[in-house]
Amino acid sequence: MLAQIKDEPFIRWDWVGSHLDDIWSRTLEHIQLTVVAVAVGFVIAMALSLIALRWRRTYAPITWVSGVLYTIPSLALFALLVPWTGLTFLTAEIGLVGYTLLILIRNIVAGVDGISPEVREAAIGMGYTRARMLWEIELPLALPTIIAGLRIAAVTTVGLVTVTALITLGGLGSFILRGLQRFFTTEILVGVVMSVVLAVAIDLVLVGVEKALTPWARHKAGA
Amino acid sequence: MEFLGDVLEWFTTADNWLGTTGILNRTWEHVQLSAIAVAVAGVIAVPAGVALGHVGRGGVAAVAVVNIGRAVPSFGIVALALPITIKLGLGLGFWPTFLALVALALPPMFTNSYTGVDEVDAALVEAGRGMGMRGPEILRQIELPAASPLILAAVRISSVQVVATATLGALVAWGGLGRFIIDGFARGDEVMVFAGGLLVALLAVLTELFFSLIERVILPRGLQIRRAGVETAVATSA
Repeated sequence: MLAQIKDEPFIRWDWVGSHLDDIWSRTLEHIQLTVVAVAVGFVIAMALSLIALRWRRTYAPITWVSGVLYTIPSLALFALLVPWTGLTFLTAEIGLVGYTLLILIRNIVAGVDGISPEVREAAIGMGYTRARMLWEIELPLALPTIIAGLRIAAVTTVGLVTVTALITLGGLGSFILRGLQRFFTTEILVGVVMSVVLAVAIDLVLVGVEKALTPWARHKAGA
Repeated sequence: MEFLGDVLEWFTTADNWLGTTGILNRTWEHVQLSAIAVAVAGVIAVPAGVALGHVGRGGVAAVAVVNIGRAVPSFGIVALALPITIKLGLGLGFWPTFLALVALALPPMFTNSYTGVDEVDAALVEAGRGMGMRGPEILRQIELPAASPLILAAVRISSVQVVATATLGALVAWGGLGRFIIDGFARGDEVMVFAGGLLVALLAVLTELFFSLIERVILPRGLQIRRAGVETAVATSA
């Protein structure tokens, strides 16, 4: 086996050519795992952030818990979940969602906190209620910071999804794992490169979303 | 509940603690390799980042490095290290894991060292010049102390990440605590998988706490940054 990998070229294009269908379906799997994790993570993070913004004292415990979740290595977290939820999509998603929370909560809260007090005063002076101020003023103004958080969370999640191959899910990670087991470099490279491409693509999509949602930023920045 | 009883029994069995495949040796392997990898990466990345920050060049590289580092999955780095070490004749086990961990620790340490020095208040450097300091003195007495919170934060972030990823070393035939998880999966032994997960999680959290404590002890209070600010500072510049 070892001698074989020594003589093997780093990439065998014929293998890539004959596995395009496989690569495509694993990529779709990867996208699904990522999008579900980031979407569910965003909903939970938004709820927790609103709680933290409304009742300031809850912010420390919320970030503490999500910080511990963030610190636990992904494989360890999956190992802790498997005895309860098995080798399932649910196990993968619980872990993946857990990792997005800290990044998202921190950015949502920082984004709302960064709004200048004059803006709030003006809104109060115009008779805005608290809820209306949140939806029409605070969240839109915090949008760039929130999307910055989403970008980091999404790119991180794309990478973490590869690890779910070890609990038999995995999308593109299954190429990496199988390549390792068979000492086949081409398959490892396909998994890694496609995962990087996917991360960059999702990042660019989110940049586009930000541009579309914050038309006012274009006038201001000019660059 | 029965399951947790089995886990408790696993932890109270002496055989699981002793010998080359025991918890004690596996923990030692894990800590040792992580420490060496972080040290080697630090020796390479911190001087490079500090030097570039001092001359004010390489900002694009600093941002690019951290972005690329984030996009490449750590599992992929471990997997790619294997064919490289085999081609180099270094084989399985220690070397691919070591190589991957060093590669993983480099970007945050480089970028934070660069940013830390580059973003020192220009007025401070100016004041130093006015007092007759030269380049090396400015570096040692102004820039490095001012950058130390960011550099230490990078050491903490890298260390936690390295401890986490060292778990995957078990996939390239290395030891460490990841063995319990990987071997447990291979044998269908969920008690072992869970116990391994617990040990790795504990080690990662302890690593985080250890370095946070170091930051609190050695940094003067005025230099201590609010921890939450660190990653977002890097993130938003990206």
